[in-house]
Amino acid sequence: MATLKVGLVSPEREIWSGEAKMVVAQTVEGQLGIMPGHAPVLGVLLDGSVVKVEPADGGEWISAMVGSGFFSIAGDEVSVLAEHAELGTDVDVAAARHDLEAARAGGEEDSTAERRARARLRAAGQEA
Amino acid sequence: MAAQLRQLRQQIRSVKSTAKITRAQEMIATSRIVKAQNAVAASKPYADQITQAITALVSHHVSIDHPLLKEQPEDKRSAVLIVTSDRGFCGGYNANVIREAESLIKALREQGKEPLPYLVGNKALTWYRFRDRDIEAEWTGFSDRPAFADAERIGQRLAADFLKTDAEGGVGEIHVVYTEFVSMLTQSVQVRRLLPLDIEETAREQVPPAYEFEPTAETVLDQLLPGYVESRIFHMLLQSAASEHASRRRAMKSATDNANELIGVYTRQMNQARQAAITQEISEIVGGADALADSGGE
Repeated sequence: MATLKVGLVSPEREIWSGEAKMVVAQTVEGQLGIMPGHAPVLGVLLDGSVVKVEPADGGEWISAMVGSGFFSIAGDEVSVLAEHAELGTDVDVAAARHDLEAARAGGEEDSTAERRARARLRAAGQEA
Repeated sequence: MAAQLRQLRQQIRSVKSTAKITRAQEMIATSRIVKAQNAVAASKPYADQITQAITALVSHHVSIDHPLLKEQPEDKRSAVLIVTSDRGFCGGYNANVIREAESLIKALREQGKEPLPYLVGNKALTWYRFRDRDIEAEWTGFSDRPAFADAERIGQRLAADFLKTDAEGGVGEIHVVYTEFVSMLTQSVQVRRLLPLDIEETAREQVPPAYEFEPTAETVLDQLLPGYVESRIFHMLLQSAASEHASRRRAMKSATDNANELIGVYTRQMNQARQAAITQEISEIVGGADALADSGGE
C-alpha cells in the first residue's frame, strides 16, 4: 500500500518526518483527512488546531499542536508548515492549563491564545 | 636596572591575562559557530517548503495581485534594515555592515528617496545615537542567537509599514543589509531588497503541481506571504549570527597571536636586562677587587 511522506516543520527545526498512512489537519473551513493519492492542495491551517498523523509502521497516532501555518499536498508528499508547532508528547500540560486559564481570564471569546492552549492540551491527549 | 626588570615583569603579566581572555573568547566563538550553522540547517526545510509553495502559487496565478508584491513608486520613503551584533570584539564585522548601509542610504538619496533606518543590534544603535540620527525602529538582545519570534516581530513591523502609504508613515520598499556566512574564512555583506518581492521568470523543467486552494488562493497567499517574509528575515538573522561568531573567532585568534608574540618580545627584553645587570655587577666586583689588590701591594 502506498504511503505518504510527511514532514512537519517549524521555522526553527523539523518537528517530525516519516512515512504515514493518513494525516488529519484542520483548515479554517473544517477537518481534512489526507490519504495517499490525494489531489494537490495548498491550505491554510486553523491557528491553534491539532494535526494528527497515523504512522505507516502501525505505531500510535502522533498529534501535534500547530499555530499559524499551512500545509501542502503534492504527489504523496505532505508538508505541514507552522510558525508554532509542538508534538503532543512535548507539551507541558501544567503550563498549557495555566495558559488556558490566563486566556479565559482575559475575557475574549475564542481568542487565538485560548485556541492554542486548548490545542496543546488536546495534542497531549488531555481534556480541554 | 632593577626598576626596568620589575616594569617588564608587570607588562608580561598583564599581556598574559589579556591573552587568556581573548583565547577564551575565541573558543566560545568557535563552539557557537557550529551551533549557528546547525540553526541555519534546521531552518532550511521550512524555508524551502515555503519558497516552493509561493512559487507554485505565483506561477499558476500570474494575475494574483497582492499588496506585498506591488511596486509603490509613489512612496518615497524606504526602509533600510541594518543587521549588526550586540557586542563588539568581532573585528570589522559591524564596520563593514554599517559602511555598506551608508553607501546604500546615499544611493537611495540620490534616487530621490528618503531612507529610514530600522536597526538590529546594539552596535548599529550606538553608532546612530552617537551621530544623533533619527531611528525608525530598533531591536536588540538576540544578535548571537536569534529565535523565530524575533524575526516574526521584525517581519510584522516591516510588513505593516510597507502596507501603509507615505502620508501614514509607511514605506515604499524595504532593503536589508546583512552578512552572509560563506565559509569560516569568508563572510560577505549583502544588500537585498526584501519588499516588494521580485518575481523571477525561470525556465524550470519541474513545474510545480496545480494545487487546489483551501479555502481560496487569495487567503492562502495572504497567509503565505507574511510567513515568507518572516522566514527570509529569520534566514538573514541566522546568517548574520553565524558570520558574527566567525568574525569574532578570527579577531580573537589574531589578538591571542599578537599577545603571545608580545610576551616573547618582552621576555627577551627582560632576560637581556637581567643579564646586563649581572654583567655589570660582576665587572664592578672585579674592578673593586683589582683596586683593593693594587692598593694593598704598595
